[in-house]
Amino acid sequence: MASKYSNMTVKAYRRENGRVGVRNHVIILPVDDISNAACEAVANNVKGTLALPHAYGRLQFGEDLDLHFRTMIGTGANPNVAAVVVIGIEPGWTRRIADGIRETGKPVAEFSIEQKGDFETIRAASWAAKEFVHKTTEYQREEVSISELWVSTKCGESDTTTGLGSCPTVGNMYDKLLPEGITGFFGETSEITGAEHICKTRAINEEVGERWYNMWKAYQDDVIFAHQTDDLSDSQPTKGNIEGGLTTIEEKALGNLEKIGRTSQYIDILDPAERPNSGPGLYFMDSSSAAAECVTLMAAGGAVIHTFPTGQGNVVGNPIVPVIKITANPRTVRTMGEHVDVDVSGILRREMTIDEAGDALIDSICRTANGRFTAAEALGHREFSMTKLYRSA
Amino acid sequence: MAEIPHLLVHEHDDNVGVVVVEGLTAGTDMLCCVTHDNSTFRLKAEADVPIGHKIALKDFKAGDTAMKYGEDIGKIIADIPKGHHVHTHNCKTKRW
Repeated sequence: MASKYSNMTVKAYRRENGRVGVRNHVIILPVDDISNAACEAVANNVKGTLALPHAYGRLQFGEDLDLHFRTMIGTGANPNVAAVVVIGIEPGWTRRIADGIRETGKPVAEFSIEQKGDFETIRAASWAAKEFVHKTTEYQREEVSISELWVSTKCGESDTTTGLGSCPTVGNMYDKLLPEGITGFFGETSEITGAEHICKTRAINEEVGERWYNMWKAYQDDVIFAHQTDDLSDSQPTKGNIEGGLTTIEEKALGNLEKIGRTSQYIDILDPAERPNSGPGLYFMDSSSAAAECVTLMAAGGAVIHTFPTGQGNVVGNPIVPVIKITANPRTVRTMGEHVDVDVSGILRREMTIDEAGDALIDSICRTANGRFTAAEALGHREFSMTKLYRSA
Repeated sequence: MAEIPHLLVHEHDDNVGVVVVEGLTAGTDMLCCVTHDNSTFRLKAEADVPIGHKIALKDFKAGDTAMKYGEDIGKIIADIPKGHHVHTHNCKTKRW
């Protein structure tokens, strides 16, 4: 049924594989930690490019290595990225990541450092990066349906106002836009603890709910109970959450789950950084609850805009995905206003309804998609944080 | 709503509410609003409670259950008179 959201369009970039991006980055992607310096040198040489330094990529193995490759390839493949220069210490893993990104059809160039050194690698990679900048700065935005956007969510520095205002605002947005055919992501496996009985029932059917529950339970058993030293009250809720008035993990989780609204149901479950494969709809991604890690994983899964409710004022951003901050806490608006994109503190004063707040967020999503910088972009927040599952060899 | 509420309560089943104004002081005659249907009631704050923190809507005894969102959010571990601050010093998860 047509709604007032059905005909909404934004101006965005249509990529070679048909996906829609809202930014046009040329990234210089290190395969491993020791290639960061070369990538940063290339990004310094060639304006309009962005290096994504990170801490990992050597001596990883098994599931942890799979996640590393999935995150690297997913980041390069993200539709907000127009072209990629990949640099690694040796050619094998460099090729694997470059080829993974090439499947999207976008321009990719790869370089490895061994037997050349940083100087020669930087020289050759700078030429490639410069060509990519010339090519991609000629790309034009075109009008596309809002339904083509992939929008993720994760909240941070939560307090009681997130459950009252900013999380229901995101939930209202999903309740309105998922029926229009957008693709959505939520996650934060550890922070569903306390509301797992409700989350299980929000699956599209019992089979998906059962798979979700088994994933959540495995996390509890393998991670929490395996490494638990006390009652976990020192980290969940966090000190910031407690300062903001959240007392128990149940209270935090119930507020967190407000992000999927009243009617939205998830259709499938994703591994960390996994790309959705079941068509449009809402997905639960098994993911860390740490802000930068979670946003990085969802960006690698293909999200092009992230909606981030905060209470006490988390300042996170991402290098390739605009992060829209929503807060209902009037103290945070007053003391950290430069980080806030959508002020929904009117909900607490009962001057704004959740429906109006949801529309304000949808307006912000459209304007951000059209190219308007978010607060995090304007302030240079580019946190790129890889998730690591266990110690390297 | 002409007057700005001091305290918001999610559901009618809840027995705690959230302070939504800065600088709330003991003795304030609070306007309280249940967000589920915007119905209101009044309650006297018996303590200075920071924004975002919770206030007891009834007299609690240790062992009672705190309800918010219409759900169990933990156990009360010390008696709390109505109008007082509810937080980690007198309420705890039942999980660990």
